[in-house]
Amino acid sequence: MDARSLERRGRLWTLTTVAHVVPFVAVAGLLVALQPLAFPAALVALAEAWIIPELYAHRGGNVARGGRRTTAAAEGRGLGLLADLVDHDARELLARTGLVMEGGRLGVWLVSEAGALLVRPGGRRVFCFCVRPADADLPCADRIAHLLLALRSDEGGFATVANLAFSGARWRLRRRLPGPMRPALDAAAAAAR
Amino acid sequence: MDRTGHTTLAEWSTADRDSVEAAVAAFREELDRGSIAVVAEREGEATHVRELPVDAELVIMRRPIAGG
Repeated sequence: MDARSLERRGRLWTLTTVAHVVPFVAVAGLLVALQPLAFPAALVALAEAWIIPELYAHRGGNVARGGRRTTAAAEGRGLGLLADLVDHDARELLARTGLVMEGGRLGVWLVSEAGALLVRPGGRRVFCFCVRPADADLPCADRIAHLLLALRSDEGGFATVANLAFSGARWRLRRRLPGPMRPALDAAAAAAR
Repeated sequence: MDRTGHTTLAEWSTADRDSVEAAVAAFREELDRGSIAVVAEREGEATHVRELPVDAELVIMRRPIAGG
């Protein structure tokens, strides 16, 4: 996958979201226009229009959430190897947020145990990819290291293999991320500007 | 990389032919098991290799990835 096909997927995602939202907004407007007393039903329709993109963003945020842990010894060894693969700043961000920041051709990536977030150049749009190593019983840090190495060796292939879970505004995703992870998204957006 | 947080499969020295041969054998065995060999480089780059680069400092065997 290259930048053009990624942009195309992003536009398609936006179009799909608009196609979900617009009918509810139209129904709300029509209801009030036809019968002002139907405004409670119109409010429900507007709530639906708001909730649908939020649910998509929540799905996107899920790719950053952690999975189950293995033994403490295995986690420690895995973390040691991962720390060797990244520089000091990325190590510090990993310790604070659980995410590894990695610059790429397509933008700035945040790699988690269960996927990766891609902040596009400009920092306004985010893609959330659900992807994981074939072996689900790996230590958490090893899962990140697997994904990081896969990303580094073939960024386009990485984005192709991964399932797109969300594409949209950074602010919408940010609210759906666990609090400790939000600084990583802010840092990635700053790096992408 | 495995469930223990990674295991050293082989260590070699270019001056020691036997150690290189043992490392190549271990490398091929891992490839046959479906692992992917990666040489981690500086500046956030990694190269996928299909033959053991005997001059590399570290070669990491990772598992394939799949969309979740």
